[in-house]
Amino acid sequence: MTILIDENTKVLVQGFTGKIGTFHSKEMLKYGTNIVGGVTPGKGGQTNLDLPVFNTVKDAVKNTGADASIIFVPPAFAADSAMEAADAGIKVCVTITDGIPSHDMIRIKRYMRRYTKKNKMTLVGPNCAGVISPGKTLLGIMPGHIYKQGNVGIIGRSGTLGYEAAQQMKNLNIGISTSVGIGGDPINGSSFRDMLEKFEKDENTKAVLMIGEIGGPQEVEAGKFAKENMSKPIIAYIAGLTAPKGRVMGHAGAIVSAYGESALEKVEILKECGISISKNPSVMGETVAKVINAL
Amino acid sequence: MDIHEYQAKKILSDFGILIPRGGIAYSPENAEFKAREIGGSKWVVKAQVHSGARGKAGGIKICDTELEVAQSTDKLLGKKLITNQTGPSGKIINRVYIEEATQIEKELYLGLVFDRGSESIMVVASAEGGMSVEEISQQKPESIIRSKIEVAVGMQDFQAREIAFDLGIKPELVSRTASVIVACSRIFSELDATMVEINPLVITKDNQVLALDCKMSFDNNALFRRNNISELRDKSQENQNEIYASDRGLNYVGLEGNIGNIINGAGLAMASMDMIKLAGGEPANFLDVGGGATPEKIVKAFKLVSSDKKVKVILVNIFAGINRCDWVAEGIVEAIKKLKFNHPLVIRLAGTNLDEGNKILKNSNINYIHANTLEDAANKAVAEINKMKL
Repeated sequence: MTILIDENTKVLVQGFTGKIGTFHSKEMLKYGTNIVGGVTPGKGGQTNLDLPVFNTVKDAVKNTGADASIIFVPPAFAADSAMEAADAGIKVCVTITDGIPSHDMIRIKRYMRRYTKKNKMTLVGPNCAGVISPGKTLLGIMPGHIYKQGNVGIIGRSGTLGYEAAQQMKNLNIGISTSVGIGGDPINGSSFRDMLEKFEKDENTKAVLMIGEIGGPQEVEAGKFAKENMSKPIIAYIAGLTAPKGRVMGHAGAIVSAYGESALEKVEILKECGISISKNPSVMGETVAKVINAL
Repeated sequence: MDIHEYQAKKILSDFGILIPRGGIAYSPENAEFKAREIGGSKWVVKAQVHSGARGKAGGIKICDTELEVAQSTDKLLGKKLITNQTGPSGKIINRVYIEEATQIEKELYLGLVFDRGSESIMVVASAEGGMSVEEISQQKPESIIRSKIEVAVGMQDFQAREIAFDLGIKPELVSRTASVIVACSRIFSELDATMVEINPLVITKDNQVLALDCKMSFDNNALFRRNNISELRDKSQENQNEIYASDRGLNYVGLEGNIGNIINGAGLAMASMDMIKLAGGEPANFLDVGGGATPEKIVKAFKLVSSDKKVKVILVNIFAGINRCDWVAEGIVEAIKKLKFNHPLVIRLAGTNLDEGNKILKNSNINYIHANTLEDAANKAVAEINKMKL
């Protein structure tokens, strides 16, 4: 088992016919992702990579039975695309787009309140590397070959730091059930906590690695949730020990502005919540190994 | 994106918030003329730089004559104002704002920011105006009033009234104060702001509610639909290296150390800086070259990092995902041949086509130190720094 996506997931690509959408669609197809078509308003009826293109997500869902989508739409239009996916009955939507205005992200989240919990789409991202269930399917832009199939879940804000962790784990022969990139923006679709909840329910996941960074309350919130609700062990690394206060470090969300948002403060709070800390980024794999060997 | 006080005040005024009479000046003569135009017998000359805490740094002068206004302006213009927010290099004063002095009865703090926890807009207010919000939360945390704006419907009048009453405003001034708070929430939502702060918001002796100082920041990601705001950008207030970087699709933040960094991905960049620190070194910068690190982009990154005089060693850490190590290696070789710098160079590559990448580096005759892991790279970079100290 995995979370969010598996080999049966039928995927739509929103922003399918653009250069970036086409490039990554090819990569996903190579990995074995079951892409059933794409959406580009105004290009309905055409084909791209021998797959059908639709004008609207609703058309695409009706004709293909797609249940997941991935968004490569430019930032000015991405929020609209995410809401369109939610309304068409897509269950999991991964938004890769970087640079969506914060006010738009708030709008998406308010819009989605109209759906009951059962009918609500899970939005992952934006500004993320996507989701991979190794050996099964890939809904993202990560290099599939560094992810080994197995029993550890990964949740991370950063793309390349997630690759670093996957590579370290592969070198130690540790596999991954699902790796979720939740993105580096201040307001995102799914939080660490949301994903922990899903991993707790997944029989195949034995432990979870959380890769956080400075800024925002989500890591601490996840720690507190885990203390009360998680039976599975969690390992965490928090990036940004050296980041100065008040400066944005690459990700719009990586800025220290309140108590509990610096790397040191987050590490202290997570420790108190019973989470094993990877003390630096080069021992993420080793720390995971120690924890799962003790199980 | 930050804007100047005078620009922020113009926006406040456009949304119906009262501000003191004032005008911008670019020369002492200009300032004297403005003072005369404004009238009265007391003026404030305020340096326009992107920073708070200007008063303590000598950037705000109170003047009793028009001549003094001219003299103070002369002293400020062209100088660099160094505040606790600008860093040691300070920010240039290219213009001053001349304003009539105000008879203050009461000073308040009013700020609006995103609250990431509740994913809404948060109004923060305090009757302890004039201090920074950090000072207030340290010294008078009990004075802070918080109220969340439901973005779908905007701020309601009763919420603004509640804040005004909590601030201890006289009943006859509550509706004026509340309308200022509602106007700020409209500015925040309608202009894609990320921060709107009036500090202090004052009650004057003649019962006006007046915005005495104001700061605003806007979401860079939303500037594509905010031409009126984009127009207000003042590049002279920004770090020149950071402008160079952002114009080339690189994400750069200058820091105080001596190990220059070239890394792909913001998280990996922060993590590499952490490793440098743990190894006993200090990073000179944060630099994320982004996902598609083409050879040209790598060359530009090298140019940027090597132009920093503090840099003694350069560390490259690239984890190629959709990228390829062989392309990155080609970029590095090209950069070194073009730029001819003499700093020791530590390179760690990982991911797609690693062997091909390392082969290109080895066969290129460039001088570099090979590293296998993140930790190895940081240790080797710091070792180079330590060698120089001997």
